[in-house]
Amino acid sequence: MSGEKDLEQLKKEAAEKAKAAALAKKKAREQQETEVSEAVAPAEDEDLAKKKAAAAAKAKAAALAKKKAEEQQAGSESEDREDEDLAKKKAAAAAKAKAAALAKKKAEEQQAGSESEDREDEDLAKKKAAAAAKAKAAAAAKAKAARAKQESPEAVGDDAKAKAIAAAKAKAAAAAKAKAAAKAKQEGGEASDDAKAKAIAAAKAKAGSKGAEAPVAEVKPSVNQPYLDKYVKVIEEHLGNDVLEDSYINRLSKDVPTLVAKRETYYKVVQFLKYNEQLGFDYLSELHGVDYETHMEVYVHLYSYKNSQSVAVKVKLDRDEPTIESLCPLWAGANWPECEAYDLLGIKFLNHPNLHRIMLGEDWVGHPLRKDYEPYDVEV
Amino acid sequence: MLRTEEMLLNVGPQHPSTHGVFRLILKIDGETIKEAKPVIGYLHRGTEKLAEDLQYTQIIPYTDRMDYVSAMTNNYVICHAVETMMGIEVPERAEYLRVMAMELGRVSSHLLWWGTFVLDLGATSPLLYAFREREMILNLLNELSGARLTFNYMRVGGVKWDAPEGWVDKVRDFIPHMREQVKGYHDLVTGNEIFLNRVKGIGKYSKEDALNYSLSGPNLRCTGMKWDLRKNEPYSIYDRFDFDVPTREEGDVLSRYHVRFAEIEESLKILEQCVEQFPEEGPVIAKVPKIIKAPKGEAFVRIESPRGEIGCYIASDGKKEPYRLKFRRPSFYNLQILPKLLEGESISNLIAILGAVDIILGEVDG
Repeated sequence: MSGEKDLEQLKKEAAEKAKAAALAKKKAREQQETEVSEAVAPAEDEDLAKKKAAAAAKAKAAALAKKKAEEQQAGSESEDREDEDLAKKKAAAAAKAKAAALAKKKAEEQQAGSESEDREDEDLAKKKAAAAAKAKAAAAAKAKAARAKQESPEAVGDDAKAKAIAAAKAKAAAAAKAKAAAKAKQEGGEASDDAKAKAIAAAKAKAGSKGAEAPVAEVKPSVNQPYLDKYVKVIEEHLGNDVLEDSYINRLSKDVPTLVAKRETYYKVVQFLKYNEQLGFDYLSELHGVDYETHMEVYVHLYSYKNSQSVAVKVKLDRDEPTIESLCPLWAGANWPECEAYDLLGIKFLNHPNLHRIMLGEDWVGHPLRKDYEPYDVEV
Repeated sequence: MLRTEEMLLNVGPQHPSTHGVFRLILKIDGETIKEAKPVIGYLHRGTEKLAEDLQYTQIIPYTDRMDYVSAMTNNYVICHAVETMMGIEVPERAEYLRVMAMELGRVSSHLLWWGTFVLDLGATSPLLYAFREREMILNLLNELSGARLTFNYMRVGGVKWDAPEGWVDKVRDFIPHMREQVKGYHDLVTGNEIFLNRVKGIGKYSKEDALNYSLSGPNLRCTGMKWDLRKNEPYSIYDRFDFDVPTREEGDVLSRYHVRFAEIEESLKILEQCVEQFPEEGPVIAKVPKIIKAPKGEAFVRIESPRGEIGCYIASDGKKEPYRLKFRRPSFYNLQILPKLLEGESISNLIAILGAVDIILGEVDG
């Protein structure tokens, strides 16, 4: 599927959606107006109007829920539609916000009209909210299931791809090394160095050719595999078996051993990585967050000067309520990066000495690096 | 009787010594700084957000504007990240051109730092000398890339253009000239007693502090930490060159000054070897697809910029734009230690300490 086509389709859809939204808005306004005029009328009329309004609101909510469910279903159908989905989600969010605002306005008006029936209204609102929450939860569960389903076959493909890339890389590296070695020899470099380089090149070349002979399916384990095994073993020995969600070698990222910690154990794991004598990851190289739409993620890159080894620690957070322990007690250098993650993604770090909006200022609305961010400008 | 009162003093956002837009809120008691609170973000342009709608090649010009004093290293880090993900092997000649461009950039960056640092301390003329040589470097890079500061020279898989004819010879001629000038700089400033009185023994921190605050580059090496990503985690072709990692033990402002000067010399060494080994001919860009799509997954790479460890994180969902792009910007991390360094210092040392951190505000704010 070509990018341009995608874009055009997206645009068309967005236009349509905008139109629909405008129409809905107009209708709503009209309705509101009639309601306002009715509000002045006697009590019986008011009752009728209220019932009507309630029915309308219900219908709207149902329609919204339906739409949402449909969208999510569509989303699970093919990955290529991700962009579309995003746009849809955004539109849905906007529509929701609008509906909420409308409902609020209505509620206010009604309150002004007659206070005796407040309780009923409240009840209705509660029921509505409950229904909405239910629908949301159901949709989320559905989406999750669909996603899980989707990921399993894909993972294999990705893995194979990554492996192929790794093999190609190993080959390339071997070639480069061999070339370098040859050159060094020509120039008459130091004998010992030369021999060493040659040996390395030979080994690498061997590895490379092996990878080429048995393509894709069988690639020799990464040089960092023993390190990863060691980290996992030591962590499990000291902290128990259930502190890590996952651990793997990230082939795309120079084979860095990657640990995925659980939200509850994240701080403990990082603390252990820093202070354990065998591991000694004493340098915080990088900390940032990523919004994956299904969840938030904090990515931490640590380095051990003692062992000359890197490790990446990741933790998945709930997207609606992303909170995690701060690493500031371990490294003073985690201070600003955590502020940045808070500012741009809305991740809250507990026990942070001074969590503030470091880049954008305290009056900024929203967190721009979130995928559903809508720019807010008072002048527009 | 004399009575002193705590007072708030704003340094910046517009202050000549910050060389950008940076604000320091100082709580001072007489001339002693009680507390310093840096305020940043004035130059935040949302590069990472913008990048989510751009193709990889389109992002490269944005990196020029982060650390605009050594844009070549920024160019390199994003190309390197994408190449790492895609498994692209860069042609030899391109690698040499890249390394030469980066090392020239490092020299020019340290020159600019030196000139402005001593300017802030009151020595006005060294700036002119520093800019004289920096101008020569900028001319070289201009010939190479067509721009003096925002080069946009590197591409995923290589570089945009081959060097013009005779360019390598010009670099070769430049090296001894620069060596001679460095001696002159030392004569001019380094031994000067007034200068030494202003920089020696202030802004001190230990190796543990440096690691605790995630410092990198000369700010880390001035505490005796022999650590340079070019040496310890060689990327590109740095494993082919014979060079040293200069360190100092003191951890004060003067030690950072010395480390940077020694780094100029080491960069010249690397340049010399580059010129010698430069391949006669060959392609300057690898065979890469027209539309670059990084495979699904994530990668984090880090390289050594003049200011320290610059990193690039890419999370990709297999499209032509990155899903999330993040730069680990060394100035941003290095600046964190400033409040600690300033606490209890005399206000007259402020400029020297701030200057020695060597920040570029475009990079701090991202």
